[in-house]
Amino acid sequence: MERQMKQVDVLVIGAGPAGLAAAIAAKEDGIDNLLVLEREHNPGGILRQCIHNGFGLHRFKEEFTGPEYAQRDIDRARELGIEIQTDTTVLSVDGDHTVTCVSSAHGVEVLSAKAIVLAMGCRERPRGALGTPGTRCAGIYSAGTAQKFVNLEGYMPGKRVVILGSGDIGLIMARRMTLQGAKVLACVELMPFSSGLNRNIVQCLNDYDIPLYLSHTVIDIKGRERLTGVTVAKVDENRQPIPGSEIEFDCDTLLLSVGLIPENELSEGAGVKLSPLTSGAEVDDVLQTNVPGIFACGNVLHVHDLVDHVSNESFRAGHAAAAYVRGALACGETIDVRDGAGVRGTVPQRIRKGVNESVDLMFRPSGVFRNATCVVTCGEREIARKKAPIFTPGEMAVIKLKPEIVASLDETVTVTIERS
Amino acid sequence: MYTDILIIGAGVTGCAIARVLSRYQASIAVIDRGNDIAEGASKANSGIVHAGFDAHPGTLKAKLNVEGAKMYPALCEELCVPYQQPGALVLGFSPEDRKTLEKLVEQGKVNDVPGGRLIEREEVLAMEPNTNPEVVCALYAPTSGLTSPYEMTFALADHAAVNGVQFCLHEEVEDVVRAQDGLWHVTTDKGEHTCNVLVNCAGVGAATIHNMMSDDLLHIIDRRGQYYLMDRMQTLPFHMTMFQCPTVMGKGVLVSPTVHGNLLLGPSAEDSDDELDTSPTAEGLRFVLEKSRLTWPKASVRGTITNFSGIRAHEQKGDFVIGAVKGQKNAYEAVGIESPGLSAAPAIAEMLGGQIAQEMGLEPKAEIVPAIKRPKPFHAMTTQERAEAVAKNPLYGNLVCRCEVVTEAEIREAIRRPVGATTIDGVKRRTRAGMGRCQGGFCSPRVAEILSEELHIPMTEVTKCGGESRLLVGNIHDAMKEGC
Amino acid sequence: MEITCINCPVGCRLNVTLENGQVVSVTGNTCKRGEVYARQECVDPQRMVTAVIPVRGSAMPLSVKTRTPIPKKLIKDCMKALADVQLDAPVEAGRVVLANVCGTGVDVIATKSVP
Repeated sequence: MERQMKQVDVLVIGAGPAGLAAAIAAKEDGIDNLLVLEREHNPGGILRQCIHNGFGLHRFKEEFTGPEYAQRDIDRARELGIEIQTDTTVLSVDGDHTVTCVSSAHGVEVLSAKAIVLAMGCRERPRGALGTPGTRCAGIYSAGTAQKFVNLEGYMPGKRVVILGSGDIGLIMARRMTLQGAKVLACVELMPFSSGLNRNIVQCLNDYDIPLYLSHTVIDIKGRERLTGVTVAKVDENRQPIPGSEIEFDCDTLLLSVGLIPENELSEGAGVKLSPLTSGAEVDDVLQTNVPGIFACGNVLHVHDLVDHVSNESFRAGHAAAAYVRGALACGETIDVRDGAGVRGTVPQRIRKGVNESVDLMFRPSGVFRNATCVVTCGEREIARKKAPIFTPGEMAVIKLKPEIVASLDETVTVTIERS
Repeated sequence: MYTDILIIGAGVTGCAIARVLSRYQASIAVIDRGNDIAEGASKANSGIVHAGFDAHPGTLKAKLNVEGAKMYPALCEELCVPYQQPGALVLGFSPEDRKTLEKLVEQGKVNDVPGGRLIEREEVLAMEPNTNPEVVCALYAPTSGLTSPYEMTFALADHAAVNGVQFCLHEEVEDVVRAQDGLWHVTTDKGEHTCNVLVNCAGVGAATIHNMMSDDLLHIIDRRGQYYLMDRMQTLPFHMTMFQCPTVMGKGVLVSPTVHGNLLLGPSAEDSDDELDTSPTAEGLRFVLEKSRLTWPKASVRGTITNFSGIRAHEQKGDFVIGAVKGQKNAYEAVGIESPGLSAAPAIAEMLGGQIAQEMGLEPKAEIVPAIKRPKPFHAMTTQERAEAVAKNPLYGNLVCRCEVVTEAEIREAIRRPVGATTIDGVKRRTRAGMGRCQGGFCSPRVAEILSEELHIPMTEVTKCGGESRLLVGNIHDAMKEGC
Repeated sequence: MEITCINCPVGCRLNVTLENGQVVSVTGNTCKRGEVYARQECVDPQRMVTAVIPVRGSAMPLSVKTRTPIPKKLIKDCMKALADVQLDAPVEAGRVVLANVCGTGVDVIATKSVP
């Protein structure tokens, strides 16, 4: 029954912004035997449902909505003649670069690829991961699921909404639900700071007078069939509810925006080593994982705030995959990159020794730091420094290492945030 | 509607009895207030097929547990329900625990449980290295098994249905009287059923039904058990079911793999005054986590994908109540079916079903469908089997639930099976779509579409679990108009 | 007064000094657009509006946007106007679905194609 094993040079898993960018870069580098596998019916990934504006300012110096941003890459991929096989789900990836996928059009296919780019994106943390007590009624959705219902299917999941978590998708959905005719009663955040971008607090909550309750959480969920209400309480420094601070909300919908998790089940099957901090692969400066020839980029690697960063990172992965296929990718000794004080989950986790290319170090600050400085050292030697009015976990921080600095690395690199 | 036999309760007990009775020439209906099969304790329990050490010798619990457990492997094979027999350890941490465990070993012998012995710390840690090193000794029960309680119940119902049993769901019994015609008249929120023989298997509602028929009152205590379910892992920390020493409130908190490769922690045990309130509570969940650490010090909420609770029906005298209703003709019951009710269900059904058939003088049918053949789940197929499945039915090529690897073909089949799914939760329990780490975040919109197509209802009528549990409140256009 | 710049994800905290309703100084911005934003925001705040609207003949709704920002106070009216738009599939990305929305001189255009 199985077809003969198909051979490809570069196989990209996922046709969201990361996969498209990686494929475009590889193709532009001359890789013609290139295949992109996409589980949905259309390429574009999650951008298809992100109909709001604010995408592409860095990359295109112009502001797009999600579908417009995705279309740019889709058009470019078509122009280059890149084959995107949609409606196809990858079932497994092996460490020897064998990939098994299934589709109704082609059945089960087993492919062998010289290089693989993992670009599967991420998923939302569900209610169960929070351990929130209360009934299991209808009306509780992750923000992205609600976004799909509204923006791609044209249905309203509810009319009176409370949002738990202040991640960007939650904030964006607060505005979307309001604009489309629902009433958003509150956005509730466990931490004393928002995990979303500041601009989204302003234009999604403040513009519509939606209150943001920091240091609060949902402690009870009511309604036997459909949600009828939630109880919100203030939390103390240990994030425990404070008795007597309860507020009751009469609502039919609870949207959760409590974090994103890279989708790495396929990567694990391939023997890719994951970082417990990012939940994504550990990679070097060209996004290569511990498994030679397997690269990872975009939200499957670490959760980004900006699609522009996803695209840039993925171009790099695509170029590297092409170089790997041609046997032109320098691999050898690497220098470790470590998180210092105030820093969590720096990507890449290692830098190849002696390469003469710039490297962007990306990480999440572990707390809120005002007027602070990010300092990068190599052993005792300071190699980069960047001041910012604010570092917060809600915004990924990026610090660039110049080519000559990268070329000179000889000891472990440490990234630290210093308070002024 | 008249049927010869009316069974109240479509949990594992009611469905198992319906299946046994479906072999005979009689019209049979099963009625349940739930929107689906297995809406009560049968959907929310540990899924353990107990070896039979716990129950006191001489009780129905002891007898039927051991008999039922012996029937499980063949029954699961016949009904295509997952079953595994990884064995179990009951952990002891003190000299008192050792005494309890020694007593359990003896009890097991009296109860006729195969195997079972007391093992010492070293052997425990060799078998299960992630056990709390403070463990002193343990009862090793090699025949302890696992099943999927709701899948077992669905399969029993399907098998009964293909042999002619009717299922009336989402229908609540309000009153039961014996009329002058000698028949039972059962009034429900939807109408009236009449029957010659009434069988009460109503779980937490069984005492209410019993007390409508008998002056010899029963009292059921609703005892809630809460659980944490953890994501599947590359390697589970335990391959056996890990019990703690039993207490008066139940078997203690267990840490156990499930047949689907998740890890289950629980249950708590708290008496509740609402037989339908299955909301997990902050205290209950905290209790489960803290107690689990005695077995598994590393237990944490990290990696949990959901929590849930079920209500066990504890009859205050402590044993199952099975047989003819005292002082009534043509009335039978299986009441107080708490743990080990799942393990005992096949034996309860043979016992009570056999009694009913004999006392009614029922004749066996000339022909019955002897077993139901269920397609192998896509996730369990080999690559070759998958290729063949897609070649036969291209809908196997459309993956809907990526976490649990469930295809469109399986979701449609779950809706079309004899007692098919009508809701998102119904699809979830029959196929596992939405059971995984994203908890339906990605697949529920697609599952809703498939339900809408299969059931010929608009998307806005698709529910999570029946009744008013609609997923969507309308379309964007109406909402925009209203919002203005 | 203090406002947050929404031009880009950096979200600079801007300090704006107003005299008689006129902006006299802006500090805290890290680029030129911050100052432009602050001057506009304090006098006549403007926003891009995006929405989804139904299309006859398609199960999939159409996503749309105002081509440029419109006055913030007109957002509600803009949505009201969009609720009355009747469209038939197919719709091409970039097509004007509502010209000169609420007299702003700004068109609402499709941001994707609906076949």
